[in-house]
Amino acid sequence: MKLLAQLFLAFAKIGAMTFGGGYAMIPFLERELVEKRGWTSSEKLMDYYAVGQCTPGVIAVNTATFVGQSMAGVAGGIAATLGVVFPSLVIICVIAGVLSNFADIPAVKSAFAGIRVCVCVLIFNAVVKLWKNAVPDKGALLLCLGVFALSVFFDISPVVFVLFCGAAGILFTQWGVRGK
Amino acid sequence: MIYLRLFFEFFKTGLFAVGGGMATLPFLYSMSDKTGWFSHGQLADMVAVSESTPGPIGVNMATYVGFTTAGVPGALVATLGLITPSIIIILIIAGVLQAFRQNRYVDAAFYGLRPCSVGLIAAAGVLVLKLALLDTELFAQTGAWPDLVNGKGLILAVLLLFLTRWCKPTKKLHPIVFILLSAGAGVLFSF
Repeated sequence: MKLLAQLFLAFAKIGAMTFGGGYAMIPFLERELVEKRGWTSSEKLMDYYAVGQCTPGVIAVNTATFVGQSMAGVAGGIAATLGVVFPSLVIICVIAGVLSNFADIPAVKSAFAGIRVCVCVLIFNAVVKLWKNAVPDKGALLLCLGVFALSVFFDISPVVFVLFCGAAGILFTQWGVRGK
Repeated sequence: MIYLRLFFEFFKTGLFAVGGGMATLPFLYSMSDKTGWFSHGQLADMVAVSESTPGPIGVNMATYVGFTTAGVPGALVATLGLITPSIIIILIIAGVLQAFRQNRYVDAAFYGLRPCSVGLIAAAGVLVLKLALLDTELFAQTGAWPDLVNGKGLILAVLLLFLTRWCKPTKKLHPIVFILLSAGAGVLFSF
């Protein structure tokens, strides 16, 4: 029970300190789990993180479940995961509550109109960053552009694209198209 | 039953969004079209709030959507929905970690899934772009091409691109800096 509480607290701290998730999380995970508590090693942490990236879901959540599970089984996985989402739940509920009271003020509207421009740029930067690893050859380029075009012009659920591209990845590899 | 639907919709997002962070965005747009729980504009605002607060973006977005749709219980249910598939999948593969990492079918599937994720995120970006930089309503009224583009927004976008991509001293700054800068510009020049 004590270990579960420790897992919850450690991951709540990580959840509260990382802005933006993803790669920003690695230094915090290292400090909290490897250096301070000695729960796992750097190599293992990188393994968890790599698998967390290539399984569906939020990377931070996947990594938390992994570390928790390795420390204290299924209950540990759940405790660590609840810990990592706890700060988000509290902080976002407060902000959302406050925002809904101010959303109709003209200055707030203008501020958010400006922010939307910034969100565009942030998404563009995210795409450029992901592009380097995700599109190594012509086959991947075809999938990426195809998904982009179909998704812009037609109303198709992203689930369909995900299932199709997973299958296409396996077929392309079998056919030897990959890497060309 | 709004809670069940929230749980189910976010369960689906958690199950199919691969690549973390922005990968949840296309699913949220599709959810917005299907359920009408929130508008495209609100979703863009949510991205900004999620980027400016601690915690994983996917989780922040789920909490925000859940809260705006059905209050605190909604926030709880949506977040639990998002993380449940992760917990199940990770607990299953934790036992066979090495075999999973080296499995050639898993590797091949992800070779296809990564570009898919990039394409979907880019398409979601186009929706935000339409909202932030184009004024289709005014254009439909006047039919004049200069009315289509939001000039102030375009200038801000170019400035932000420069600051986040090419300008060395500001490139590494946290996104929250640029979000605050844009909010200031929005108020100052009444966007």
